[in-house]
Amino acid sequence: MNKSNPSSNVNIQKLLYPYDREVIRKLVVGDMLLISGKIFTARDAVHRYLYEGGKSPISLQQQMLYHCGPVIIKDASGVYQVKAAGPTTSAREEPYQATIIKEHGIVGVIGKGGMGPKTLEACRQFGCVYFHAVGGAAQVLAAKITAVPNVYLMEFGSPEAMWELTIEDFPVVVTMDAQGNSLHEQVKKDGLQALQSELDRAI
Amino acid sequence: MNNDLSVSLSSSLLELIKNTSSVIPPDVESVISGLRPSEEEGSKARWALEVIEENIKIAKELKAPLCQDTGTLLFFIDYPKHFTAKTGMGCTDLTIAIESAVMRATEQGYLRQNSVDSLSGKNAGLNIGPGHPSIHYQESGQEEASLEVRLILKGGGCENVGVQYSLPDTGLGAGRDLRGVRRVLLEAIVQAQGKGCSPGFLGVCIGGDRGAGYVESKRQFLRRVDDLNPNPELQKLEEEICNTANRLKIGPMGFGGKSTLFGCKIGCLNRLPASYFVSVSYMCWAYRRQGIRLRWNETEKRFEISEWLYNANNSNNSKSKKEGCL
Repeated sequence: MNKSNPSSNVNIQKLLYPYDREVIRKLVVGDMLLISGKIFTARDAVHRYLYEGGKSPISLQQQMLYHCGPVIIKDASGVYQVKAAGPTTSAREEPYQATIIKEHGIVGVIGKGGMGPKTLEACRQFGCVYFHAVGGAAQVLAAKITAVPNVYLMEFGSPEAMWELTIEDFPVVVTMDAQGNSLHEQVKKDGLQALQSELDRAI
Repeated sequence: MNNDLSVSLSSSLLELIKNTSSVIPPDVESVISGLRPSEEEGSKARWALEVIEENIKIAKELKAPLCQDTGTLLFFIDYPKHFTAKTGMGCTDLTIAIESAVMRATEQGYLRQNSVDSLSGKNAGLNIGPGHPSIHYQESGQEEASLEVRLILKGGGCENVGVQYSLPDTGLGAGRDLRGVRRVLLEAIVQAQGKGCSPGFLGVCIGGDRGAGYVESKRQFLRRVDDLNPNPELQKLEEEICNTANRLKIGPMGFGGKSTLFGCKIGCLNRLPASYFVSVSYMCWAYRRQGIRLRWNETEKRFEISEWLYNANNSNNSKSKKEGCL
């Protein structure tokens, strides 16, 4: 059994390309999924570029962005090899994400650490979901990338470029859904409450 | 420095970088693999821990980077007395050998192209430049002509949740004592949530100026997870922080759960009467740290790796305690 797939007693769904916005809208916080299809990496430079009105080199309508700066090298025959490809911290894209979801018709954002209220609202309004991948799990996730068909915006440098990746059974959890729910808000609220009771306790 | 010496030294350092990037040290691995039973089967937290364990295994097998963010390279070098007289080398030569090893490791895909010009945003792709890598030299006082090179790779996600407090902090109700230190450390953990890739590890420095405080907080990551703080008060605080953090329901990746922190190490520097800084560095679960001892071979006039400093049976003369704090 592939251990990166959630244990058998978890309700695990598959999500396949082309992504259907109506299916996306029905996903809820806590859903564990295996995504197969394509994703585009986009981190700080690409987000800023698109936010400032830069033209996307390819249509992102109904596509997914992956907050990731992979380690990719060209092998001797000129083929791209993905050496490591886990998610990067999504919070840095909070100023830009909502606009990009709206203007480019994104249906999914994959990252780590969660995002803020602006993105959550854009997800609700335009039908998009935030998927959490396991941070640091660069090898487990690289193994789910079966091909690198294209790379765009290479002028931003390799980690910041927009890599088109073909994925198979890419494991994620929905932590912000299109209905306005955020696991991150809930966990933080619970944490602050727990902290208060710890502080009230004498040491 | 003669060319043969330079090439052989750079090759040993390349070995160190490869190992640090792809293999988590045994003291860290054993604590992380002990966390799984604390999370409920079928939960998101448990699944995240399973993925983490699998990732550790694959990276080791493939000799590939554990995490794509190969981070800031923090080198801590202890050189012996009369080092230059014995070997004909100085710190500048060592720095050149380190830079050459870093460039080679980057070409080979063990390190990501991770060094960006702060003003232009340009990435030259070499991983060297002002402040990169970050190298800290100190004389060890040893007579034997051996070098100790320790390396930590610290990614940007966990670096970004690091924080420095200046006590007293009225807003948090934290005064200038260990109670106040405890208050701000718990604050740092709750603010970090899963963003630093929990389950994580804290390196803390009480005192110092702002700069020295942060460096010392990172130096704490050189301690083995299972060592004991020689100061009983700090030892107690380290344990207390860890136990309390795991009751804050943050869990792996901030998914909610019981495994939030798997260690906390606290050091002290003297401070000015006017200052009381608490510097907090957060290390993600992908706690990449390794070290080598390089012995000087007088006959061949070159260094050889004589020991890996963080292997399982090498406890660095510290007393061992039970694993982790869960």
